[in-house]
Amino acid sequence: MSRQSLAKAHQKIQELAWEPQYHEPYMKYGTDYTFRKAAKKDPLKQVLRSYFPMEEEKDHRVYGAQDGAIRGNMFRQVQERWLEWQKLFLSIIPLPEISAARSMPMLFQAVPNPELHNGQAIQMIDEVRHSTIQQNLKRLYMNNYIDPAGFNNSLRNFHTDYCGTIGRQFAEGFITGDAITAASIYLTIVAETAFTNTLFVAMPAEAAANGDYLLPTVFHSVQSDESRHISNGYATLLMALSDEDNRQLLERDLRYAWWNNHRVVDAAIGTFIEYGTKDRRKDRESYAEMWRRWIYDDYYRSYLLPLEKYGLVIPHDLVEESWKQIWEKGYVHEVAQFFATGWLANYWRIDGMTDEDFEWFEYKYPGWYDRYGKWWENYNRLALPNGHNAIVAEDVDYVYPHRCWTCMVPCLVREDMVMQEVDGQWRTYCHEVCRWTDAEAFRPTYQGRETPNMGKLVGHREWETLYHGWNWADVVKDMGFVRDDGKTMTAQPHLNLDPKKMWTLDHMRRMPHLQSPNVLLNEMSDAEREAFKADYNRQGPAGRPAPKDA
Amino acid sequence: MTTTESNPSAPTERSVPKPVFTDAEAGAKEFPDSSPAARRYNYFNPAKRKQTHYEDVTVEVQPDPRHYLSQGWIYGFADGSRGYPLHWTKLKAWGVDEPEPPRGVGTGSMHVQNWPAHGWHEFRDPNEEWEQTLYRYNANVVRQLTQNVENARNAKAFDLWTPNWIRFVERNVGAWMHIEHILGLYVFAANERSGPTNMHNTAMAVNSAHKIRFAQDLALYNLTLTEEIDGFDGSAHLEAWNSDAEWQGARKVTEALTAVQDDWGEAIFAANIVFEPLIGELFRSNLVMQTAAGNGDFVTPTVMGAGEFDFAQRDLRWTVACFAPLVQDKEFADHNKGLMQGWLSNWVPQALEAARTMQPMWSQADHKPPRFEDALDRAKNRFAGICRDLNLDTPEELKQ
Repeated sequence: MSRQSLAKAHQKIQELAWEPQYHEPYMKYGTDYTFRKAAKKDPLKQVLRSYFPMEEEKDHRVYGAQDGAIRGNMFRQVQERWLEWQKLFLSIIPLPEISAARSMPMLFQAVPNPELHNGQAIQMIDEVRHSTIQQNLKRLYMNNYIDPAGFNNSLRNFHTDYCGTIGRQFAEGFITGDAITAASIYLTIVAETAFTNTLFVAMPAEAAANGDYLLPTVFHSVQSDESRHISNGYATLLMALSDEDNRQLLERDLRYAWWNNHRVVDAAIGTFIEYGTKDRRKDRESYAEMWRRWIYDDYYRSYLLPLEKYGLVIPHDLVEESWKQIWEKGYVHEVAQFFATGWLANYWRIDGMTDEDFEWFEYKYPGWYDRYGKWWENYNRLALPNGHNAIVAEDVDYVYPHRCWTCMVPCLVREDMVMQEVDGQWRTYCHEVCRWTDAEAFRPTYQGRETPNMGKLVGHREWETLYHGWNWADVVKDMGFVRDDGKTMTAQPHLNLDPKKMWTLDHMRRMPHLQSPNVLLNEMSDAEREAFKADYNRQGPAGRPAPKDA
Repeated sequence: MTTTESNPSAPTERSVPKPVFTDAEAGAKEFPDSSPAARRYNYFNPAKRKQTHYEDVTVEVQPDPRHYLSQGWIYGFADGSRGYPLHWTKLKAWGVDEPEPPRGVGTGSMHVQNWPAHGWHEFRDPNEEWEQTLYRYNANVVRQLTQNVENARNAKAFDLWTPNWIRFVERNVGAWMHIEHILGLYVFAANERSGPTNMHNTAMAVNSAHKIRFAQDLALYNLTLTEEIDGFDGSAHLEAWNSDAEWQGARKVTEALTAVQDDWGEAIFAANIVFEPLIGELFRSNLVMQTAAGNGDFVTPTVMGAGEFDFAQRDLRWTVACFAPLVQDKEFADHNKGLMQGWLSNWVPQALEAARTMQPMWSQADHKPPRFEDALDRAKNRFAGICRDLNLDTPEELKQ
């Protein structure tokens, strides 16, 4: 068998293709797409005989590097600022990975092309690899990094914390609703093809600059599998395009998937890269620069645009709007500021910004200091417990934001916030596109067309709702974000591990009770709600209250 | 030039991150949660005294609103179902009828304190499969197979095959690849979205990988034989699979396994508990591997044997570990036993009918294997043993 060429071997395994003769397979997952005219070859040409040894070899390199890192005391050089954010990232990412594995059966059924099923099956196995190898990396951090808190209760935290719901879109979105919308457009066409570049390439590069070479070791190994998945998505997309009836759905799904990925991934990865690093060399790329290179040039211009000639309607306006959000409206900075405002509801420690950081931000994002500098100075001033409250309850010119019902990131670019009564409830959205996603796209009809397979946005989508009226100490305790002495908080707004400098539940006890913005919104009269919206849209940047004189 | 001016001809320093000593390694300081006891995942109860590596990388990755998922699932299907619904099989594990915590305004997380909240979460794959075990095992299999076949090729071992044996392998061993492929993709992979926990779904994904690999092993072996043996028809397996009467029974049951309506439990049970021992092992062990040596073939049993090991030593193990506790479930034992007995009554006759249609294959080689009835008896005994392991009654239909 060893002498056979890959092309020949791949050709041979096509003989396995199955045409049912006695029973049709049960179709569990529906789609509103049709593939009547579809014919596309498997672009992967991967056979398991070569796949398994290849992955084993990749594993050898990963686990060898991990041994080396421990023997070489890598953690003596790891920046705590950086690794603390990994408590969030590595609590999120194993679920999206395993969800990607779970999404592949949806494609077996929805895409009637046995030749593609081989590639989808290999992707399924890859994703099991990614999920478990990432859980294992987190385990290694927990065992060897100075502060295991947040790693050791990682999945409980992720399932409880508001960041979990933001991250879970990048998982549940792969496996629920219309099979093609979820497993093909959202997962492979947009998430894997566009945004894994910043997730699995740009961010690990930043890890290395912060003394952590295990994140790049693991995630570059993961990313080397992604190219196959991108091919899966591309092949399915071309099949979908060959049927005119799919064009409207493709346009809808690309708009939803692009915007949601931008809202979720740019929020998280942008924050990790910009606010989790100690590398402030002026010539290192900012997240905006990385985004321009990886997303705008490599994905939008090189991948998406050429598909226009096949009839794909590209969401040019949303690509440009995303860039505007990042470059002009400070989206990443607003998110980082919110994470730090709500440090007490999290399970990692968030370091304050220093003069060196300020200088770098001002160099990369001119005008940054005027917008955000003062607030970060206040963050540092309030970092150690000293008779005051946590920053969220202090007067630092910051209005606690409402959450977006769709992407669940707060409505941070205040001027863009819109609201609508949907399903009998007033909801706030961070942007018109998020409103459209909930109120129009995820519905059983779309622009007059029946879309009976489209999914729904469900669940308790505003975290604060669950804790409306609660004391903060009880909130933190209920979530389980407390260290093993029973009172010191897992999260801290600084990196000082001196127990005397750490916040405890006692400090939380004296704070005002937590209020749910959405509950309060729904208690307002119509006039009050309009006034609230008008005020909210005049707030910012950096969460500042609306100017009084306007 | 003053000393403060830069010298354009001087070599510029490369811009690279500078290593910094941070002393951020375990044990460098003492503070709450710095002790070794804090260095373990503390959000689940291990099945045994000490949590395993497998559990660490698998348990709780797929969340559950009955445990920590306080905001609930955030996407739903059009019919309202969301996440990993427990009713995607008719089997029940204790606790499944308990409602999810009624969360809402001001309720807090309502984490379930008595964990596990239902019996599905007690399942652990006895093979402890995760990515490292998966690749080590399968890479070893394909490496060994490649060496076996290469050695046979170098030794001109295929020259010893009789014409009848060549026909047998090209048609029948070849036809078997289709069964493995269909089971791998359209039964095991097709159901790995449907199980109630990450441990179930990962076990199904691994089972699927075994099957798909084995199907491809057979296909590529078939390709080698086409290249090595004059007159070996590499497409005869398609004709046999599509047309030979002795294959249509097995094909019918295989396809029926893909058509199980909305019940991952029944599909997996019928495939690994009924189909595999009564048809799979009957063909692989009790026909091909018993017959090959007498017909001058020492290679085919090594290829078949790899697939046989997948099932006998790994796939059956997790399946028994999955289903056996349900028969003794503290709340739903009777329900589950009745259900599984019903599945046996439905699937065993189909499997036996298919097995009997395969009987002519026992006469096709020059050197005959043990009699078909003896082979079928062995398969039945094996199946009856599996039923005993599951605490199920051997179905009456087995006497057919």
